[in-house]
Amino acid sequence: MTTIQTPRETAATPVFDIEQIRSDFPILNLQFNAKPLVYLDNAASSQMPQQVIDRLVSYQTTQHANINRAVHSLSEIATNEFEAARRKLQHFIHAREDREVIFTSGTTDSINLVMHGYGRKFIGRGDEIILTTLEHHANIVPWQMLAEEKGATIRVVAINDAGELLLDDYEQLFNKHTKFVSITHVSNALGTVNPIKQMIAFAHARGVPVLIDGAQSAPHMPVDVQDLDCDFYAFSGHKLCGPTGIGILYGKAALLESMQPFKGGGDMILSVTFEKTTYNTIPHKFEAGTPPIAAAIGLGAAVDYLSTIGMSAIHDYELSLLDYASAQIARLPGVRIIGTAEHKAAVLSFVVDGIHPHDIGTLLNEDAIAVRTGHHCAQPVMQRFKLPATTRASFAFYNSMAEVDALVAGIRNVQKVFL
Amino acid sequence: MANPRALYQEVILDHNKKPRNFGALEHSSHHAAGHNPLCGDHIEVSLNLRGESIDDIAFQGAACAICKASASMMTVAVKGKTQPEAEQLIHEFIDMSTGKLDLNGDHHIGRLVVFSGIADLPVRIKCAILPWHTLQAALNAVESISTETEQDSIQGTIGNA
Repeated sequence: MTTIQTPRETAATPVFDIEQIRSDFPILNLQFNAKPLVYLDNAASSQMPQQVIDRLVSYQTTQHANINRAVHSLSEIATNEFEAARRKLQHFIHAREDREVIFTSGTTDSINLVMHGYGRKFIGRGDEIILTTLEHHANIVPWQMLAEEKGATIRVVAINDAGELLLDDYEQLFNKHTKFVSITHVSNALGTVNPIKQMIAFAHARGVPVLIDGAQSAPHMPVDVQDLDCDFYAFSGHKLCGPTGIGILYGKAALLESMQPFKGGGDMILSVTFEKTTYNTIPHKFEAGTPPIAAAIGLGAAVDYLSTIGMSAIHDYELSLLDYASAQIARLPGVRIIGTAEHKAAVLSFVVDGIHPHDIGTLLNEDAIAVRTGHHCAQPVMQRFKLPATTRASFAFYNSMAEVDALVAGIRNVQKVFL
Repeated sequence: MANPRALYQEVILDHNKKPRNFGALEHSSHHAAGHNPLCGDHIEVSLNLRGESIDDIAFQGAACAICKASASMMTVAVKGKTQPEAEQLIHEFIDMSTGKLDLNGDHHIGRLVVFSGIADLPVRIKCAILPWHTLQAALNAVESISTETEQDSIQGTIGNA
């Protein structure tokens, strides 16, 4: 067990030097059509700084072996680095213990782990699970599968026209059948930041555990799972300047211990005979098979990198980008921002009169501007706004104000084509 | 890489703005709906076959400019044609969209050649093909199709839909 340390970001407040930060990301030097890449699809996946790339290379060139197995030195080194990465993630989200951090393949895998490990054991016929309209499909479909298997029911919290959850509606959904709440911290389609601390407290007062989908929050703001008091918190490495194929499930130790394993295999056992298998302790109980060791260590390096800048500084800078972009885009005739919550992360969804988002995306790409178009794996949100799709610009701390200007100019160019 | 601006040329923008044969036929002998769940494009094609001939055809729905213009130009191209002629054109259009048609060889593409650039925009091929795919389904009395369940057709190997 490792106790929590003071995060580095509170020790010093470094100056937010955007040019210095941009120089850490080699991919930002790319050009398409002889124009510099303007990468505004960070909610889908973020880019990787040289520091993380270097760490992956140094691991593969000097430290790689399988972990938790052999007596040889290389295996011990790899095991130590892997566990050090786990502790970095622990500190990043302020978890009480490192064994509360389980490496998964990503947010989707984490949610499925809870569905199988907790849901299939503790949720049964007639029970109810509360989700919200803002959920990504990854936080809808696993629960639907569970509901179908067990005869449970999904209840959904409605949103208002700004894309904010209706808290009265949330509270009224609770009854004696409510067994689980699974909600997103930040909407991937609209950017809404949900009041999860308040929602968690309400659920806990009724004895209901809460999973937070942190895929869109962990990369953009300080997260303290002890302060939030959430029971589970899931996020992905590749949206956090880390590699693909790695993510985290945080769970309170007592809950994780009460759960059944999700996947069976090596590493998750203490002993195996054909008569009986004894499961390993957490977190290993949930880490069957050889994990993505390099990716986990890379994610540890990403967390180091972000902590050096400071998640509070990242959050503040991204909000200044969002404010600037929102003001510029709201000023464009025929453009409407979808998702105008009071509390938002740096996600800007919009529609343009008479122009389908797919056409906007293709033409912005001509200006080397990368945005996402479509339903953003959040079809209930689109249905709520009666839209088939939106165009979404999602920002990271390495985006510049000049890139916001490029986006605005790009949208004007698209409108000219369709005049 | 193709220049998308070249694709968004006047004729396509014009058909997007003022789609021909837009709406539903009051009485139709054949009808099908096509859906691309990835972008929400939704096209309905209805037509009247008199004997072998496509007497009348109309489409409606909500879609991007590429899909809408493709649907509009498709209705113009197949109206008055026989079913075998229309099916030949469907083959040729899908082959062109997937870069498999020799534009210097024999074909009936005509003005539809404005869509040839779509072959260089892989993520947009489905947009251009959806109306044709839907027409094929209507001719074969299939009520609805999705770009995500008939991959073979998207690859340009439309057979017995």
